[in-house]
Amino acid sequence: MPTVEQAVSLGLTPAEYELICEQIGRTPNEVELAVFSLMWSEHCAYKHSKKLLRSLPTSGPRLALGPGENAGAVDVGDGWVVAFKVESHNHPSAVEPFQGAATGVGGILRDIFAIGARPIAVLDSLRFGEPSSARTQYLLDHAVGGIGHYGNSIGVPTIGGEVYFEEPYEQNCLVNAMALGLARSEGLIRSAAAGIGNPLVLFGASTGRDGIGGASVLASAELGEEDAAKRPTVQVGDPFAEKKVMECSLELLSRGLLVALQDLGAAGLTSSSAEMASKGSVGLDIDVGLVPLREAGMEPWEIMISESQERMLCVVEPSVLDEVLAVCEKWEVGGTAIGVVTDTRALRVFVGEEMVADMPVPALVDDCPLYDLVVEKPAAGLYPAPSPVLASGASDTRATLLALLASPNIASRLPLFQQYDWLVQSRTVRRPEQADAAVLALPVAPGGLAVSIDGSGRRVACDPYTGAVEAVLECAANLACVGAEPLGLTNCLNFGNPEKPHIAWQLTEAIRGLGDACRALDMPVVGGNVSLYNESGGGPIYPTPVVGIVGELPDVARAGRSGFLRSGDAIALAGPFRPALEASELAKLRGESLPVGLPPVDIAALRAAQEAIRDFVRFGSLSSAHDIAEGGLLVAVAESCLAGEMGATLGLGGVVDARAGELDRVLFGESPGAGFVVSGTGDALRRLGERVDLEVLGTVGGDALEIVAGDVRVEVPLDELRTSHSALAPLFA
Amino acid sequence: MRFGVIRFPGSCDEVDAMLACERVPGASAVLLWHRDPDLGGVDAVVVPGGFSYGDYLRVGAIARFSPVMESVIRFARAGGLVLGICNGFQVLCEARLLPGALLPNLERRFICRQVGVEVAQASMPFTADCAVGEVLSIPVKHTTGCYYAPPADLEALEAAGQVLLRYAHDGNPNGSSNDIAGVSNAAGNVFGLMPHPEHAVDPLTGSVDGLKIFTSMAHAHG
Repeated sequence: MPTVEQAVSLGLTPAEYELICEQIGRTPNEVELAVFSLMWSEHCAYKHSKKLLRSLPTSGPRLALGPGENAGAVDVGDGWVVAFKVESHNHPSAVEPFQGAATGVGGILRDIFAIGARPIAVLDSLRFGEPSSARTQYLLDHAVGGIGHYGNSIGVPTIGGEVYFEEPYEQNCLVNAMALGLARSEGLIRSAAAGIGNPLVLFGASTGRDGIGGASVLASAELGEEDAAKRPTVQVGDPFAEKKVMECSLELLSRGLLVALQDLGAAGLTSSSAEMASKGSVGLDIDVGLVPLREAGMEPWEIMISESQERMLCVVEPSVLDEVLAVCEKWEVGGTAIGVVTDTRALRVFVGEEMVADMPVPALVDDCPLYDLVVEKPAAGLYPAPSPVLASGASDTRATLLALLASPNIASRLPLFQQYDWLVQSRTVRRPEQADAAVLALPVAPGGLAVSIDGSGRRVACDPYTGAVEAVLECAANLACVGAEPLGLTNCLNFGNPEKPHIAWQLTEAIRGLGDACRALDMPVVGGNVSLYNESGGGPIYPTPVVGIVGELPDVARAGRSGFLRSGDAIALAGPFRPALEASELAKLRGESLPVGLPPVDIAALRAAQEAIRDFVRFGSLSSAHDIAEGGLLVAVAESCLAGEMGATLGLGGVVDARAGELDRVLFGESPGAGFVVSGTGDALRRLGERVDLEVLGTVGGDALEIVAGDVRVEVPLDELRTSHSALAPLFA
Repeated sequence: MRFGVIRFPGSCDEVDAMLACERVPGASAVLLWHRDPDLGGVDAVVVPGGFSYGDYLRVGAIARFSPVMESVIRFARAGGLVLGICNGFQVLCEARLLPGALLPNLERRFICRQVGVEVAQASMPFTADCAVGEVLSIPVKHTTGCYYAPPADLEALEAAGQVLLRYAHDGNPNGSSNDIAGVSNAAGNVFGLMPHPEHAVDPLTGSVDGLKIFTSMAHAHG
């Protein structure tokens, strides 16, 4: 019989172990303890975050499927829904970046087709240390390779994403993957097991010893020195197997053969079966002796908690079992009936006739204690100042612009994106770096879908509440630039150890900010994921709420673009832009300490400006629209030049009093989600100016970016801008 | 005209290829399952992009032995039109329906990028709707696209006019010999190319230049 020490080594607390004994009325055996340790892990039970997450808004007129299922979904009209979700695979990627990132993509794709949607897109959100470090170069190269290996091989385009490089991610990188899927609204399926006596069918890859304990000992604990020893807890991905499992799942669904469907993710058979039983208020009997194994001699507990990838579990009616198995045979995914739905409300595990575990489903799923966080605002900043790469104080505008364009957080992401297939499935209307959000054509013309993913951890580190508000608005601004209205949001909350009061404070404040921003934009949270314990010897990561927003646009042919389009167009700065250098990318390059607190955000004013931009893009009134993000106004103009391969001439006398300091603030200060660089006819910009603050800055044309501000004159040829902006390319040479 | 598009379990671009075929006026397209040797009387076969059987072994090495490919080989030997795109090109080389082989890209990475492809031969049945010297804007996306043939064979291919497409403007993305993007067999009825013409058939997604390959095939069929 296991002991309390064994329970603790599996990640449970002594009190939780006592509670388990109480719930089942005896001491758990080895199989039961393994199952409980996974089901009661942070990763599966959200025990430190569930109470906070309940404060997020989860309803809206376009919501088709809210939190609680494998993915959320919104209604996009004509009977179609779009499913989406973002999830982390941080610790596996820190330990084994290629497979960690690959299986992160595989896992999020399964969440999408588990609800009956065909995956149509992947985006990824990555955080690493500074690219000058050898470890970062290794992690980046292999994580990008892993994402490409999986997504490219399975025929789902990787249409967007983002990456930031900051020292606090040096030991604990973040790899978040988001996926979108398309389904008919009547084609969605839930995971609730139903129908006493119905068989439970496992299909997909065989089960091995990979990923044992991934959810508990790896994902729910801080990283440490001995993590190389945890490499066996990282799963190995097989995209070809997933492709077959995906097609098989979708064919089973389209033939109407399934009662319930669930993917096997963290904690494998354990959590998938317990969740299915819990949602259906039924019990399940599973014979692990029937599970196809890839190695001999696996113990029942190993079979129950293996995280072998590319597996699905479904409930079917007995009358169609043969047909289900025939479809599995067609796709060569080895369908096997391994169990049956019962009325016991217990998860019972058998090896043939012998019962090796008997656990009440409510105890597994509902009775894990939820913890209130001990919250304490830290007295001083938690993070050291970034290492300086630029001299502080007033500097040459030209040199500053080029340094910012070459900064790892701003430089072109094409060296990464070119390693991903962004065009398979023939829907990609706006590809990476053509527009602020990716745009896909919907099945019924001329509708379109837009999606963006965002989240600046550094700003959240300065002010968790305001930083989280900014993350939502910044992401929404990206959608506005292609003419899309936000329909729903998914988030992945990447934080440190919540048992530490200052981390608990970051988490609490960030969730409050997310909730307020979503409510102010009338946008529901359709689901998400929490990744805690992102700490190592070097301290916690920047608190990083990553948000993904999906929106729609009425006419995909009018999707906005970020690049200048027509020589002679006027260029304007639009929106309630209040640039500040504190916490900006330039402040980082200068090695300035993170400020404590950020200026408050006038969400209503930002929303109004974003709606105006959206309307003008939708009506085809603007040639280009680009949100001003890291690096500020001048970087945004330079990006529009590069994306459109056209120069620009700016006279900034109207917006800047060219005194030293003031010039830097206006040119390089940041005000996330609030300002836009737009181009179009003078008439269009005048009309836009009737709805938002607007200042005409200059004209599109030529093959250089020319700036006149008082007695400052700067001219930078496009080639020179491009050279600086290509700074990440050598990392993949 | 009826196109048949092969579907292996690891195909990725088979639906895109069907959509492209169906854009040709008067044409239709059906999927042909890899385990089924019956080609269903189609007028032309497209072997699409993807990772046929996972391609963990040498790309296309297993696919050539599939039941459907046995039939495609017979169909091609009898003069039927066969187009291989990306993985399809690799499979046709493995099946010895096309000369040469595809090696890993010079940079050893997956590369996805819009490229210019110059028409070297405007001939029946695959490039008749193009002009010699015309540059088509078509995307490539592959890890194993470096075309190789022994020097003597390469010379013979060039002399016989079997090189139909080349990467233009010094934009060779993978290190292919002689910038070769697509070659035909000696008889001219089998054509393989690394760029994806099926992903260049709609102005919304960037280019319509790839459609000319499919319309050429329809014109050749008559």
